[in-house]
Amino acid sequence: MRATTSVLLVFAAGIMFSLLLLNNDGLLIQIWINFADDVDFLIRQHIYLVVLSGGLAILIAVPLGVWLSRPYMRKFAEGAMQGLNVGTTVPTLAVLALSMSFLGIGVLPAIFALWIATLLPIVRNTYVGIREVPGFLIEAATGMGMTRTQILLRIELPNALYVIFAGIRTALAINVGTVPLAFLIGAGGLGELIFTGIALDNIEMMLAGAIPVALLAMLVDFIFLQIQTWSISRGVNPLR
Amino acid sequence: MIRMENLTKVFDTPGGDVTAVNNVNMEVPAGEICILLGPSGCGKTTTLKMINGLIPKSAGKIFIDGKDTDTVNPVQLRRNIGYVIQQIGLFPNMTIEDNICVVPDLLGWEKAKSRKRAAELLELVNLVPSAFLKRYPKELSGGQQQRVGVIRALAADPPVLLMDEPFGAIDPINRAVIQDEFLKMQKELKKTIMFVSHDIDEAIKMADKVAIFKDGILEQYSAPDDLLARPTNDFIASFLGQDRTLKRLSLLSVGDVKFGEEYKVHGEGDLANAIGQMKELGHQNIVVTGPQGRARAFLHLNDILGKKGVIEEYRQALPAVANVKEDLKTAVSTMFRHDVSWLACVDDDGFYKGYITQKAISHALSAIYRDEKQNTLR
Amino acid sequence: MDILLFMLDNLSLIGQRTWEHVSIVGVAVGIAILTGVPIGIAITQSKRAADIVLGIASVIVTIPSVALFGLMIPILSIIGQGVGYLPAVIAVLLYSQLPIIRNTYVAITNVDPAMREAAKGLGMTTIQRLMRVEIPLAVPVVMVGVRVAVVMNIGITAIAAYIGAGGLGTFISRGISQTDPRQLITGAIAVSVLAIVADYFLLFIQQKLTPPQSSEKIDG
Repeated sequence: MRATTSVLLVFAAGIMFSLLLLNNDGLLIQIWINFADDVDFLIRQHIYLVVLSGGLAILIAVPLGVWLSRPYMRKFAEGAMQGLNVGTTVPTLAVLALSMSFLGIGVLPAIFALWIATLLPIVRNTYVGIREVPGFLIEAATGMGMTRTQILLRIELPNALYVIFAGIRTALAINVGTVPLAFLIGAGGLGELIFTGIALDNIEMMLAGAIPVALLAMLVDFIFLQIQTWSISRGVNPLR
Repeated sequence: MIRMENLTKVFDTPGGDVTAVNNVNMEVPAGEICILLGPSGCGKTTTLKMINGLIPKSAGKIFIDGKDTDTVNPVQLRRNIGYVIQQIGLFPNMTIEDNICVVPDLLGWEKAKSRKRAAELLELVNLVPSAFLKRYPKELSGGQQQRVGVIRALAADPPVLLMDEPFGAIDPINRAVIQDEFLKMQKELKKTIMFVSHDIDEAIKMADKVAIFKDGILEQYSAPDDLLARPTNDFIASFLGQDRTLKRLSLLSVGDVKFGEEYKVHGEGDLANAIGQMKELGHQNIVVTGPQGRARAFLHLNDILGKKGVIEEYRQALPAVANVKEDLKTAVSTMFRHDVSWLACVDDDGFYKGYITQKAISHALSAIYRDEKQNTLR
Repeated sequence: MDILLFMLDNLSLIGQRTWEHVSIVGVAVGIAILTGVPIGIAITQSKRAADIVLGIASVIVTIPSVALFGLMIPILSIIGQGVGYLPAVIAVLLYSQLPIIRNTYVAITNVDPAMREAAKGLGMTTIQRLMRVEIPLAVPVVMVGVRVAVVMNIGITAIAAYIGAGGLGTFISRGISQTDPRQLITGAIAVSVLAIVADYFLLFIQQKLTPPQSSEKIDG
């Protein structure tokens, strides 16, 4: 229900915005003519940054969160969570700036900063999601003769999956929102059109960057919302 | 069969060692329900959880069907012991079918076989398989979840069942229904069951034997009637309550105490015959039956003494009857309600089966003490 | 060492930019509370309205701040305010709506029905119930939303330096353009510290506003 509303809203917003721009001397068409090639090139860089940093973050963060949730990590995990909570408070621009001051400019420091910023919420949600699985379910599973690995794979992860996915969506929203800033430390992407447009007071150029960035963000969120909705068992999925 | 020898559990707490279970020796015979009863923290749950190794024991031995459980891998052991917990613990991410099949799947049963079994088990507890197999736990009521929790433990047909306050989380009405269903099931399945409860009435109703714990020590281990009649110490007596003798009423059925099935008169019969029977017995009343033997009414001696004629004229309506299947608690309650000292007993079809009197009931309750006296006198 | 000296030399500038930063976030979140809470309360009356409003608010949050700034420039340029303080405040205001509206809505819809019944039973009108029962119970939850909004928007305001809104982001933007690690790190640390301090401060207030929980039931 929420998902369909969101989609409709995105279309409505898109259409309204287009009308606004088309009335303004066909601004959108102007942008299309002038910046299609730039957008085509930069969007590839942009998506590359999102996929690489986001993908690496998911691949590392979920196992990390699982590891922190293991009983033998309990003492260490609470401290680590405190650290993660502080870490997620740090603004992404600051993360980029710090990454740049240590690693210089270019794609690598950008990916590293994006990776860190994306990693933290996923680790946290994976940890919290697994720890929130009620103890009596673990007791029931143990009592029925599941091994620790079976409990993790059949009980803990499936029951934490919704929370883990919520973390992934939050993290990807942060990621997609931060990628335009990657241009500032020399990693390219659609941020180039936005920031250059602002600096040159060139509204067409700026919109040529801003519109695809906004649409991409909505698209990513929409895709992961669909995955979250349809891949998680109905028994533990409030979306269904 | 479950046997425990010198079973002990010492917890290592910051405040020093705490002995939760102290040198317990007991045996649950195959096919019986043993209920562990006692106040909070008495060690009953710890004892139960040591059997399937959820809590490692500190000392002692546990044998299941004669086999020392130390020689079995705990994971394998648990797959062969049914386990039901108070919170039910259905896995919310799995359908009811998958929940029931957890242990069969772990044991590597063929899918077709385990799925068929799931459907059979659902039918056993009166849940329509086609409607429930594909549902998720959150789509079931508490009572339905409880039933699934129990049949899940039975799925792989384990000889032994451990239950930790399995009916603790449901409302009293549903609890009674599920308890009855469970007893009916047990009559056929004959599992060896160890069951933790804090509800004395539940223990009396369900158990073949009750084990009472206090501070980790097994205080008394006897059949419910024996326990109520002869608590071995003051703690048990007060734990069972001052009304423990009354609780025994629910252990006996009307059929156990009723008598005098042959004393009755037919509605068309002769008044003189009735008077004769009553005088012979020294009774003030006699039941009047219909042509096929159903209890219809009664005659009171004073009403008919010196009268002549047909029974029909003098009979009075029975204020109430007792079904032979009822427990004595219900029968006594009926007597008090109608302010009578006897009741005619009938079967499900209303046929007269004898009668019970308050005197006979108190006689039955005290029988156990009389036996005792005779034994000591002898 | 360089960086420390730079910080000490520029303490007053850091203070000034921190103040700019705080004022953007403070004003915008303040307005957001004044709009978001009533909206959150209003939509408890209709599930449909709630779906629509929360839907819009969540779409807004998905839009990256850089893009939102960009999209606002042509619109706000009409009144000559395309860059600077106003778009920054508007952006923060928009982003703050979701956490505040959602938490208000959730808090009020989650008020224990028994408590609502009790209030009704005491003869309270809907308005009285809202003022005396539901809103007081909802305040801590709304504070969580405010906290989320503030922390998120301290980060977004840092980016607003690029549209000339001032604030601590200015150190970072200058640090990048002048390849001056002193400014860069000063800005990054200052904005991080601001966010962390704000988070803890609001957590403290949130805990003050939360009534103590009844002690947990001990089970045998």
